[in-house]
Amino acid sequence: MTADGPTPADAAAPSGAAPSAGRRPGRVANGFGRYLCKHVAGAAVSLLLVLFSSFFIFRLIAGDPIDQLTKERPVSPEERAALRAELGLDRPMWEQFWDYIIGTLTMDLGDSFQYRRPIFDLIVERLPATILLSGTGMVLAVLLGFWIGTRTGWRQGSRYDRGHVAAGLLLYSAPTFWLGMIVILVFARYLGIFPVNGMRSPSTPPQFWPQALDIAHHLVLPVLTYTAVVYAGYLMIMRSSILDEIGSDYLTTARAKGLRDDQVRDRHAVPNALLPTVTLVFLAIGGIVNGSIVTEAVFSWPGLGSLFVQAVFYPDRPVLQALFVLFSASTILAVLAAEILYWFIDPRIRKS
Amino acid sequence: MTASTPTPAPAASAARRRLARARRRQSLARSWAAYRAQRTGMIGLVLLGAIVVLAIAAPVLVDESALSVTQATGGRMEPPSAAFPLGTDEVGRSVLALTLWGSRISLLIGLTATVVAVVIGTAVGVTSGHVGGWYGWVALRVSDWFMVLPSLVVAIALLAVLGRSMATTIIVIALVSWSGTTRLVRAQTLTVQSRPYLERARALGAGHWHQMTKHILPNVLPLVLASATLLVPSAILMESSLAWLGLGDPNVVSWGSILNRASDNGAVSAHAWWYLLPPGLAILLVVLAFMMCGRALEAVFNPRLRGESA
Repeated sequence: MTADGPTPADAAAPSGAAPSAGRRPGRVANGFGRYLCKHVAGAAVSLLLVLFSSFFIFRLIAGDPIDQLTKERPVSPEERAALRAELGLDRPMWEQFWDYIIGTLTMDLGDSFQYRRPIFDLIVERLPATILLSGTGMVLAVLLGFWIGTRTGWRQGSRYDRGHVAAGLLLYSAPTFWLGMIVILVFARYLGIFPVNGMRSPSTPPQFWPQALDIAHHLVLPVLTYTAVVYAGYLMIMRSSILDEIGSDYLTTARAKGLRDDQVRDRHAVPNALLPTVTLVFLAIGGIVNGSIVTEAVFSWPGLGSLFVQAVFYPDRPVLQALFVLFSASTILAVLAAEILYWFIDPRIRKS
Repeated sequence: MTASTPTPAPAASAARRRLARARRRQSLARSWAAYRAQRTGMIGLVLLGAIVVLAIAAPVLVDESALSVTQATGGRMEPPSAAFPLGTDEVGRSVLALTLWGSRISLLIGLTATVVAVVIGTAVGVTSGHVGGWYGWVALRVSDWFMVLPSLVVAIALLAVLGRSMATTIIVIALVSWSGTTRLVRAQTLTVQSRPYLERARALGAGHWHQMTKHILPNVLPLVLASATLLVPSAILMESSLAWLGLGDPNVVSWGSILNRASDNGAVSAHAWWYLLPPGLAILLVVLAFMMCGRALEAVFNPRLRGESA
């Protein structure tokens, strides 16, 4: 191999001479730099659009928040003016917009109308509950979906395949909130083996282990509901990905080497089939947010989703606005993460 | 071929139209045969037909007065009986009547929202793929943006500020679901675009409008039909989630709003399974029927999936 000249990026031959070894990482980093810049810039534009649209939705389309704040009692014009000044609503729109952008970027999100507390504190307080519920649910759904999806795709058309696809579609068709209500009815009301809702019981001793067990006990039904609805999506993704690989020559080669069927599947087909699913899993993060909002609402789980729903009905506009930005931003960042990850796991992308 | 193509006389053009129609009928018959060969697709179609007939016939089967809160004849959450085959709700209305009438609103919102979303998505997809350039880039970015955003969050936020009515529900659902169609249509437009017959049309002086409506659109529509059929279930699920959260039109009865009343009035703690099961199962069946039809259509129209029948 010569030290100079373009070497194909996917030729993973051991680099010979020292100068070549020194130059190659630089070149790859260059390509990566451009790739990274492009996607980070795209995500930044998306985030800006979220900020704009949230201001547009909540300050321009929605009417005067003073009416909502003071809905129950009569207010004098002076009180009104004072309240407007306190909330900064008497200043020109562009100034409000500027304050809002700066406030959001510095995590100063204002106070909640409902709780009369900084929204940032509310979010920090409720974030762990949401991460616990949707994180556990998502990991379970991905593992279950991929496990079954691999096997259904591998034995396409078998009774196993048809049964699992039918079961998955059936659960996928069930509305999340309804499944949650039925699960509560059966397991909490009739059988009484799990708590109806919430995250902890007030009677639990404050030590770590009793608390952890209590939370785990409360977690079972929401996670069950959430996983049941979501896993079918992953099953279908993995199944079709396996089907794309199934006729490949390298699988015939692997079989010709004398590998057992499940070895061919797990060592050769699955790694290749996993590749295209990575982005789909990250893209599905929007669905995860959707699912967690509904699941939290059914089970009164004290997370961000139920905070969002409460804020709609109060109406607590600063909270709505902050959570709208937070939910949207997290999906945009998750997709960005998927794109960056893809660079490392799929060498083909580096050529284009 | 020489340049002596005869100018289309009326008779010749009529003959050509007849030929085109015959060809269309032929390909339709082929697609139908391919569809009919799929058992799940046919089951879905029959199921869907039955549900639609019930929804249309609802006024004949049960009088609208059964929905009135003041004229309710039953007791509070009575279990199923001869008079009320599926029991009653918290004010004594028949759950069967509610579910039957609810199908009209749920289907109406789901279908209308899908039509709006698909029309927007197809228009943006074809134009952005065909025109390309600056406009195409912006259209692609915007549809990507909508695709990434969590749809329920956007829908809840918009309904919270726009107010609750059937029209806003439809607009909001359409707004969060058009982007998938755009992506699909754009990709298909780009492949059609590079085919020789489009070059021929351009060489013969076809304008953009002619190219888009006569050459690209007919090639894109089958895939649009399949994806629209798969969009209806998600629109219906979205509507039911919004209505269950309490963001539906307060003046109409849909499956989601029945379940909203059920949970607000403690149907779960009252063990009123007859109040919870019918509307939920109805949503499940409709969604399942549309998915079965949509997957079968996809298998017919998407050559990549051909040979795979579930």
